[in-house]
Amino acid sequence: MSRTLMKGNEALARAAIRGGCTHFFGYPITPQNEIPEYFARELPKAGGLFLQAESEIAAVNMLYGSAAAGAQAMTSSSSPGLALMQEGISMLAATEIPCVIVNVMRGGPGLGTIQPAQSDYFQMTRGGGNGDYRILSLAPATVQESAEMMEESFALAQKYRTPVFLVSDGLLGQMMEPVQFDRHTKKKRAGNKRWILTGHHHRRPPRTIKSLRLDPAKLESHNLELQDKYGRISRRETRFELYRMNDAELVFCAFGSTARIVKNSIDDLRQKGCRAGLIRPQTLWPFPVQPFKTLPESGKAVICVEMNCGQMVDDVRLAVEGRMPVHFYGRCGGVIPEPAELSEYALELLTGGAA
Amino acid sequence: MSVIFKKTTGLTEAATHYCPGCTHGIAHRLVGEALEELGLLGDTIGCASVGCSIFSYNYFNVDMIECSHGRAPAVATGIKRTVPDKTVFTYQGDGDLAAIGTAEIVHAAHRGENITVIFINNAIYGMTGGQMAPTTLPGQKATTAPAGRIAEFSGRPLKMSEMLAEVPGAAYVERVSLHHPKYIRKAKKAILKGFTCQLAKGGFAMVELLSTCPTGWGLDPVEAMEWLEANMIPYYPLGVLKTPEEV
Repeated sequence: MSRTLMKGNEALARAAIRGGCTHFFGYPITPQNEIPEYFARELPKAGGLFLQAESEIAAVNMLYGSAAAGAQAMTSSSSPGLALMQEGISMLAATEIPCVIVNVMRGGPGLGTIQPAQSDYFQMTRGGGNGDYRILSLAPATVQESAEMMEESFALAQKYRTPVFLVSDGLLGQMMEPVQFDRHTKKKRAGNKRWILTGHHHRRPPRTIKSLRLDPAKLESHNLELQDKYGRISRRETRFELYRMNDAELVFCAFGSTARIVKNSIDDLRQKGCRAGLIRPQTLWPFPVQPFKTLPESGKAVICVEMNCGQMVDDVRLAVEGRMPVHFYGRCGGVIPEPAELSEYALELLTGGAA
Repeated sequence: MSVIFKKTTGLTEAATHYCPGCTHGIAHRLVGEALEELGLLGDTIGCASVGCSIFSYNYFNVDMIECSHGRAPAVATGIKRTVPDKTVFTYQGDGDLAAIGTAEIVHAAHRGENITVIFINNAIYGMTGGQMAPTTLPGQKATTAPAGRIAEFSGRPLKMSEMLAEVPGAAYVERVSLHHPKYIRKAKKAILKGFTCQLAKGGFAMVELLSTCPTGWGLDPVEAMEWLEANMIPYYPLGVLKTPEEV
């Protein structure tokens, strides 16, 4: 078992190549530049292609063309860049093109900051592009988990013929941690290939990849087919981790790097006699509703902690369905919450002090 | 009886939705004929763009992909870089290529992407109902320029071929017209050259086709052909703007 000390961003890039990535298209933006830089160095050696685009808009459209021609393609960017890609992401969802898009989140709105944030939860779960579509959003909390999810993302994209988001943040992308690549995930491509553009070779009718359906009945049925697929993804791919939840009276919910900070607070709170636990969504969409439906009898309140002004908390409230109070604690703008401030907030809440 | 003319196998049996007198039909035929004559129909992937020609994927007898407005050159880049042995072309109007897609077309040329761009310039937005395009001529009326284009207010029309010919990565750029059989024959040659340039790995090739939009212009088909000749050709001179020696 060999472990390598790696930056989160570089681990993502290395894992992507292991996962079968053959083509990368991207545009520079901080704090994700180590990803395209790694691909520029390493992807040609692995027989793949790295191409720097003139914009995120072009990058996502190159991704579309490349994946439509059969490549296992990906792009990466950070928050404002993802905003620019949303038109293309809507198109990728509509045309059911398998591909992977990494978002190393930074603070917003606007250009915001290059410091870490989770203020793209909406962008990663509610779309940003037009129309009814959903994107499977994987949210790792460690460099190891980043690598594992990244490697698996290509198989998931192929399995469901869908774009997949890997949602990282500036903290996770820039930190160095030991990571192990020994475990091998299957690279086999699932499903049929009869949608890929290959040229018809005079052996079949011409094939078209398109999203436009001017006949309302046809567009409705296409939408319903997409919804069926999203239902399948919801049933099969919803993921979460429970931490010290058995007897928890205070239930934290946090994802990504924030969840790690919350774990420290939970350990601290337990030492102080407060039974705290964590539900950590590993998929942001589909959101893990089930653990909120089966909260322990001991549960008194839920605290959703995010590095934003309150986005995932909407999904938490929908999942809790009023069974207990749901509170929100957030830091934003690139400010990272300290374990101590979370413990303090939780204790105040239990004694009736906090809002 | 010998056959002297027949429909190209480069087009499907579908009836087009284009208006009477619109030259998209001629442009489609020429592209289809060129691909057929070069034996490329089975190995071609076309990129349809937003505008009247979005439905070109119903008419070309090749695999096609629909692209968001202006993005066809980026999509074509992704395809060509993935399957370099396939022939890849975009078919774009002037709203698509000269307005919303200027960055994508300039940078596809800049990288010297080995693709063929068929650029339909009819000086107006056809599909959306006749709005002003970057190519609309000074004085020409459009629904968003009801008094005619005022150059001092909206600028003078963009000459995309001249602009792209200046990009080092562009290998072949030619402007032709579809208003008269003599010019249509020249257009066919230019389109053939656009594809042979790609076959020779020559780099970025673009053929601009001056086209009519009788509906958008408020003219009948014959008047539209005459209007093109009298007004568009003086502003958009025909000819080769850039050519690689070997093509």
